[in-house]
Amino acid sequence: MAKLNINGKVVEVDVEEDTPLLWVIREHVGLTGTKYGCGVAQCGACTVHLDGVATRSCALPLSAVTEENRIVTIEGLGAETPHPVQQVWAELDVAQCGYCQVGMIMAASSLLAQNPSPSDDDIRAEITNICRCGTYPRVLAGVKLAAERMTNRG
Amino acid sequence: MTMQQRTNSPSRTGRLSRRGFLAGAGAAAGAFSFGFSFPLPVRAVAQAAVKEVNAWVVIQPDDTVIIRIARAEMGQGSLTGLAQLVAEELECDWDKVRFELVEPGENRRRDRVWRDQSTGGSRAIRGSQEYVRMGGAAARSMLVQAAAQGWGVPAGQCTVAKGVITHQASGRSTTYGAVAEVANGIAPPTGITLKDPKDWTIAGQPAKRLDTLDKLDGSLVYGMDIAMPGMLVAIPKACPVHGGKLKSFDAAAVSGMRGVKHVLRVDDETVAVVADTFWRAKTALDALPIEWDNGPNANVSSETIAEMLREGLSAETEYVGNRAGDAKGALARSSRVIEADYGFPYQNHAPMEVINATVLWTPERCEMWGPTQVAEAALTALATAAGLPVENCEVHVKRIGGSFGRRLTTEYVTMATLIAKQVPGTPVKMMWTREEDMVQGRYHPVTQCRLRGSLDADGNLDALHMRISGQSIMAYMRPSIMTANGDPVTFQGLMPDGAEMAIGYTIPNLLIDHAMRNPHIRPGAWRGVNLNQNAVYLECFIDEMAQAANVDPLVFRRKLMANHPKHLAVLEAAAKGIGWETTKPPEGVHRGLAQVMGFGSYVAAAAEVSVSAGRLKIHRIVAATDPGYVVNPQQVEAQIAGSFVYGLSAMLYGECTVKDGRIEQENFDTYNVMRLDEMPVVEVITVPSGGFWGGVGEPTIAVAAPAVLNAVFAATGKRVRNLPLKNIDLGTS
Repeated sequence: MAKLNINGKVVEVDVEEDTPLLWVIREHVGLTGTKYGCGVAQCGACTVHLDGVATRSCALPLSAVTEENRIVTIEGLGAETPHPVQQVWAELDVAQCGYCQVGMIMAASSLLAQNPSPSDDDIRAEITNICRCGTYPRVLAGVKLAAERMTNRG
Repeated sequence: MTMQQRTNSPSRTGRLSRRGFLAGAGAAAGAFSFGFSFPLPVRAVAQAAVKEVNAWVVIQPDDTVIIRIARAEMGQGSLTGLAQLVAEELECDWDKVRFELVEPGENRRRDRVWRDQSTGGSRAIRGSQEYVRMGGAAARSMLVQAAAQGWGVPAGQCTVAKGVITHQASGRSTTYGAVAEVANGIAPPTGITLKDPKDWTIAGQPAKRLDTLDKLDGSLVYGMDIAMPGMLVAIPKACPVHGGKLKSFDAAAVSGMRGVKHVLRVDDETVAVVADTFWRAKTALDALPIEWDNGPNANVSSETIAEMLREGLSAETEYVGNRAGDAKGALARSSRVIEADYGFPYQNHAPMEVINATVLWTPERCEMWGPTQVAEAALTALATAAGLPVENCEVHVKRIGGSFGRRLTTEYVTMATLIAKQVPGTPVKMMWTREEDMVQGRYHPVTQCRLRGSLDADGNLDALHMRISGQSIMAYMRPSIMTANGDPVTFQGLMPDGAEMAIGYTIPNLLIDHAMRNPHIRPGAWRGVNLNQNAVYLECFIDEMAQAANVDPLVFRRKLMANHPKHLAVLEAAAKGIGWETTKPPEGVHRGLAQVMGFGSYVAAAAEVSVSAGRLKIHRIVAATDPGYVVNPQQVEAQIAGSFVYGLSAMLYGECTVKDGRIEQENFDTYNVMRLDEMPVVEVITVPSGGFWGGVGEPTIAVAAPAVLNAVFAATGKRVRNLPLKNIDLGTS
């Protein structure tokens, strides 16, 4: 049995330790907001925060994570009130099909936690998630607007 | 205009809450979790048992308006546009509008009251705008009639604003919610007159999507996310050489692995492992010894396919799509003939949500939950594979995590059903791995094109022969629409005339023909379909002819477009937007143009690029579109900007190659796509001229590549005639 700290709660799972964290979260913990897109850490649909850092969970085996690591998924990001990135995403109607957007939001919120005022080039370099619908222009605008909001608030 | 205030109101954006987490927790407990707060859950609506006003409109006692949507929503936004069109005629309060997806079994039971549910060809709005508006108008009339009857006054004396019905003379008013049940019993009106689009107040406005919030907190349940008590997961693997067979597999080698429940033969070419979780099924499938009979195509490669198509470039047999004058004669007589061969490779749709379907089969009944672009065809496939009367089957449609044409076929519904049938009474979620999705796609077809053009003494294009050689989508996908000579859909964007796909040039001597050459790789309708390669071929070659004539590409095109004012208008708009004739591009930046008509709309693009040390940078795109009418400008803008991501991903990287009969690219590490760092600025100009309804989701994709490739030529002097660009060295010119 492995213990994981997900969204502030400790959960116990009985899973083979080579199972990627993504599938532990989706199938054993039952949080399906985190998506499967590629399984090889290319697309970023599976992005979660691991100790505050955007991490692609589809290529991270359970054995690499302990109870000491704080895992936050999309379900835990705006658990009390929506995260400013989620607010801005709603305002700008960023999502198209939406499938990649949870990963985008996790990547964007992590970026802003580390770099509160990213330049366009910072955002372009750091947000490497794949969106096939092509929401990139609004993702870029969304990160900038969220940064502005969060900086002003802080 | 109150749209901005409304969409920014706290009641909309403030709905994101802890409930999102609770929905996820519900899924953890095995509950079948639909959307949670907004929009209203589909099931909850059905269970509310509120009588509909008519097939399109349900109004609850609290004045919530539920608009039924029969077409698939896969990110293209037509769900919201269709709701706007209904709401416009209904004259309800847009803030109170929610949606409900129509299920195909219900459509069938009600004699197809919602008509065609197929969602492809950029037809969701243009194909149903008239009858959904009629539905909204009829509901309005019935609601007013219901109120008028209650008051004993003529309906003609009542007015409506935002779902409130008023009888001015007596000072009485009521709401739609209060009279909706009575309205249900009123005969629908005849002789409806629809509003003139210039009077629209809900349609034509940049409304936010109705289906956004549950995408932002992870609570939206896509087909991939379905969870049911006792559900198992199946992962299939089909013969990687299309058309090959499954010879044998050694189930005993994996049946003892943890979580593995069944190892099944699905059909002649497919095996599947059924387990309690995805990862356990995948682990067992990877370990399963499988023997394939690869069949007659085991030695086919990209090279042999290219050879097969090359032969077609000069073959005698042809299927003519467009002919004027005598192109072959004129070319034979001309002393100024330019010739070039182009090629466009296989592409995978690669939607973010891979193929999946959840099926529960019992001897009496069969149901599917999951994504499809063709709900009615999916229901037929489900019933056929289930071996049950269609009355005993239902498809519960889900919003889709991207599709781009991939889910216009139903082979995966059949596959999921054949698996579930072997596990009676247990819901089975069939999920493909990304690798399976990549090698068992329905690919953008492979074609080559030989173009020969001649210039007259004044430098005008006086003859063009365009020979396309390659794969027909419809020969595989819809043989019923093939003509005796070939596949008419091959000539998208090149047809002599018509309201759908007409060429924008008048060339005195013109011959466009097709030599069909069908490799064994299974083709499909990939967003933009045949317009993609046809626009590259024609628009890049027109540029080549302009260069040969030593005439500016815009000026050269204008001379050929006098009889095609709508084509020309969008080209002029894009050219003007980028400053083609008015401003110089920045130092080192070069420009290119392209235009095409497709899916009933006229589109054009102008691109600015630079090439430095062999590296291409796309700086800016100006795109112009005339779709007749714009139902939601901000959604149109999103579709057009997104079209460049899809089109330029194909141009830069997209290529599925064939070796030993099978597709080589298995994931995004070898099938790269455009990311944010390469995204140019896209400026969208809409010039809706009215009088026709065109599509928006697809046409612009086709001008993305040729506009950029023409700019690449301007920058480097190199003609890129075979995609993708990753294979081309732009370093030395």
